[in-house]
Amino acid sequence: MPIEAPDLSFAALAPLLFVLGAACVGVLVEAFGPRESRHPVQVGVALVGTLGGLVTTLLLAGTQEVTAGGALAVDGAGLFLQATIAALGALSVLLFAERNLDPARSAFVVSAAVPAGSARDRELLTVQRVQTEVYPLATFAVGGMMLFVTANDLLVMFVALEVLSLPLYLISGLARRRRLLSQEAAVKYFLLGAFASAFFLYGLALVYGATGSVRLSAVRDAVGAGQSDTLLVLGLALLVVGLLFKASVAPFHTWTPDVYQGAPTPVTAFMAACTKVAAFGAILRLLYVAFGTEEWTWRPLVYGVAIVSMVVGAVLGLTQTDLKRMLAYSSVAHAGFLLVGVVGFPATGDPAGSGLPAVLFYLLAYGTTTLGAFAVLTLVRSGDGEATHLSQWAGLAQRSPLTAAVMSLFLLALAGIPLTSGFTGKFAVFRAAIEDGAWPLALVALLASAIAAFFYLRVIVLMYFSEPAADGPTVGVPGMPTTIVLAVTAAATLVLGVVPGAVLGLADRAAIFVG
Amino acid sequence: MSDSLLLVAMVVVPAVGAAVVAGLPKHRTATARQLALGVSLVVLVLAVLATVAFDPDGDRFQLTTSVPWIPGFGVDFALGVDGIALVMLLLVGVLVPVVVLASWEDTAPPNRSMRTFFAWLLLLEACMVGVFAATDVFLFYVFFEAMLVPMYFIVGSFGGPRRQYAAVKFFLYSLVGGLVMLAAVIGLYVVSEAAGEGTFAFESLRQLDIDPGVQRLLFLGFFVAFAIKAPLVPLHTWLPDAGAEAPVGGAVLLVGVLDKVGTFGFLRYCLPLFPEASREFAPLVLVLAVAGVLYAALLAMGQTDMKRLVSYTSIAHFGFIALGVFAFTTEAGTGAVLYMVNHGIATGLLFLVVGMLIARGGSRLVGDYGGVASRAPKLAGVFLVAGLASLALPGTNSFVSEFLVLIGSFPTRPVFTVLATVGIILAALYVLLLYQRTMHGPPRGVLFPAGDAADDAADGAAGGAAPHGATAPPAGAGHGATAAPAGGGHGAHGATATLTAPAPARSGGASRMYDLTRRETLVVAPLVALVLVLGVYPQPLIRLIEPAVAATMSDVGAGSAPSEGTD
Repeated sequence: MPIEAPDLSFAALAPLLFVLGAACVGVLVEAFGPRESRHPVQVGVALVGTLGGLVTTLLLAGTQEVTAGGALAVDGAGLFLQATIAALGALSVLLFAERNLDPARSAFVVSAAVPAGSARDRELLTVQRVQTEVYPLATFAVGGMMLFVTANDLLVMFVALEVLSLPLYLISGLARRRRLLSQEAAVKYFLLGAFASAFFLYGLALVYGATGSVRLSAVRDAVGAGQSDTLLVLGLALLVVGLLFKASVAPFHTWTPDVYQGAPTPVTAFMAACTKVAAFGAILRLLYVAFGTEEWTWRPLVYGVAIVSMVVGAVLGLTQTDLKRMLAYSSVAHAGFLLVGVVGFPATGDPAGSGLPAVLFYLLAYGTTTLGAFAVLTLVRSGDGEATHLSQWAGLAQRSPLTAAVMSLFLLALAGIPLTSGFTGKFAVFRAAIEDGAWPLALVALLASAIAAFFYLRVIVLMYFSEPAADGPTVGVPGMPTTIVLAVTAAATLVLGVVPGAVLGLADRAAIFVG
Repeated sequence: MSDSLLLVAMVVVPAVGAAVVAGLPKHRTATARQLALGVSLVVLVLAVLATVAFDPDGDRFQLTTSVPWIPGFGVDFALGVDGIALVMLLLVGVLVPVVVLASWEDTAPPNRSMRTFFAWLLLLEACMVGVFAATDVFLFYVFFEAMLVPMYFIVGSFGGPRRQYAAVKFFLYSLVGGLVMLAAVIGLYVVSEAAGEGTFAFESLRQLDIDPGVQRLLFLGFFVAFAIKAPLVPLHTWLPDAGAEAPVGGAVLLVGVLDKVGTFGFLRYCLPLFPEASREFAPLVLVLAVAGVLYAALLAMGQTDMKRLVSYTSIAHFGFIALGVFAFTTEAGTGAVLYMVNHGIATGLLFLVVGMLIARGGSRLVGDYGGVASRAPKLAGVFLVAGLASLALPGTNSFVSEFLVLIGSFPTRPVFTVLATVGIILAALYVLLLYQRTMHGPPRGVLFPAGDAADDAADGAAGGAAPHGATAPPAGAGHGATAAPAGGGHGAHGATATLTAPAPARSGGASRMYDLTRRETLVVAPLVALVLVLGVYPQPLIRLIEPAVAATMSDVGAGSAPSEGTD
């Protein structure tokens, strides 16, 4: 039987081609480029790739087609998420490229293969050589994420999951300081991530067994016809577990605090922002496109998981003393809030449904804010690396009012105070849930927001109302890249809070799934 | 029409002013406070202009503006005032310049700048205007929550020794209430969506006919937020902390204006939007209100910290206001709104005077003061006016409002009204006891070091204060004897409770004791004048308030209008 070449719409594929192409160029540069000029060239290539991806998705706005033999669905929601990922990815690359903050000019280890603590490692610690492999790796991850959110086929989704995960496992082990912590984080992430992938794969197999297809639309038709329920429900549950893991939703969140803490902060920022967007993109597509007619099976599951995630994130967040871990639990809580929006989704294709646009908007708002918050963390440093212990932040406002003000803005947004993007996002998802009759869930979400507000507030209290410690941290003067990131994320946080109309409208128009 | 821009200007001017003040260099405190005063006076002028432009017999909402803000949510930036909101704006307009003047010579705690204080103050003013002027429920919610941030920083950065605790407690209480209200706000939108077009506009929402079951839930959502804000017993515990730890200027606005948002919310949102639920829950609210009147008054008597004492008196007063609102008669409602204004003036004045006393003595404890009147008669006089106004003596402004509340409530709720009148007696007790302990008796306490105090007593006896010493020697002696050990005990305590930024650095001893300065006189003069003027001639305010209250009461199907309204 001859293998037919699938029809490819290169225009619709352009964003993916751009980003993955840039990643390949990055690998070539790594192999053949001269070491002296490698860093600027790699940064340039990664930026061209991600920004190119952003521009091409924006140019594609309004496209709705299924291409590559039905394996990819380029639609409104997919493009919105791709643009979000590309934009956040470009900002992350800028964070990676910061060279002014660490005395050794980079947040990444020079040679990851040298054992931590060895003589060679100590020698390399002060060398100003920089590691540049992180750029093509991150670009690959961005490419994988962009593929993930447009995958119209469970197999493609799995491939994308691996393409985005493998580079992430690697780059979370590349911290220059506290290397053992970083390597432990990478191993942990890899092992648990491998489990999650296995779950996903097994679920995929069961769904294939039940429906005879891995194509989302075919699954939907089979589900509609009411075939072999047990296999299907099991398969759906396993698929969802795999995705919830990536989205760091409790009770599948246990890796999150450790990995967020151990990974180099720019990588944490990248993971917190982009991985969340990508994972939720896939969850939305799976649930709404493939199982939209089978709403009754996943709704109670998502309902329950949302409550667990919000409560776990908010309550455990209270007990944290490390800012990166605190933001990790905050990310778990926010995953719960996002699921509240996912629940607020009526049957597929219903234009009146406000769940999908709400989640799209929330992802953009949360992504920019959390990226900004982690960017601020890179600025505050003590002797060996970043000062992430809460007590070190006491009185920061007196040392550096601007840093404290920007951090407060992000924290208030995460807490959901009006006139910040976080409030608009929360309002949108809660409205979607209440409209759909899920008001008890919305009430739980509101109470969880109140609890979570306490730990965000605690940081503000520390920064503003406490006296600075005598041997407190120093606040580094960021170079151009981090400054750009901070300016863009802070501006986005404000604009999406004060005049969110245009972006909300965009999310509303984009809220279409084909396939 | 340019009138419609008045309200917008009242929000924008202080907000811009805040930004400008915040942008000043750190050491330019003088410029900052002059600017703050200027801006707040401009807002006062705008408020007066708005009052002039307002026609009490005209439409319910006037000076309206509405521009789409977030079309996706159906939210408009809609401002407008009825009589109730208008008098609250006037109160804001009067109190903010007074607070700026009162904080004129305050020194910021180490490493902080008064410039920041004034910037937060102006931002707070913008939010306060917004919260009263909003006619879109979403916009109201936004201002309601945004208001927390400046107040949080004012308490947390510039407050007393336990400011961190107080600021966080204040923020969390209000935030929890606000979030519950958010659920109700969204619920309201969903209801309006089911009934046709989704909207947050107050006027359209008012015309909805909401199912009683849903009404109950939504009412509770709003009610919890407002009851925390107002605050009603048992949700009041944040106020004594916040009131005591806030800097005096902050405390005046906290108790004088911010808390009024709660009772304003009852009138503006709970009653008209959920009339049936309001009627149903009225007995419960009245129980809380009357419990608050009595319980807070008793607690006030037991306080040793003057700022906490004043905070508790406000909780008692809020009980009266809630009684007036939920008695469902136009008289009582009008009395309640008038009470909101008068309480802002009277309690604001009391806080300011107490603050001046604390600035002299550096302690907040009642037991650390005594016989102040002999050295500072003007201060004592103003203290007396403020105290009498807050116990609602006839002739002061509060009397009119308290009287209106009571006669308005009696026909519909005789039992609650009678119980509440007991609160009047308790009010007389706590005010007069405070006054007697701090102002009269032999000079003693932190302001009069031991040796000096004896001299002073002799001076007093020789001078004009003879009747006091001569006619009641046993009482005076007894008082002195009991007070001495108590004073000693408090002295040790006082050392820990002393403010971080006490009085201006005058050389210690009795020379710290001085009467009202010219600036302080300027601070209290407008409020004293208002206490007296509104005590004898409240008619202009009642004229503004009454139509709006009557409209509200007809929404809820009660009041002097006999129609059954919305049923």
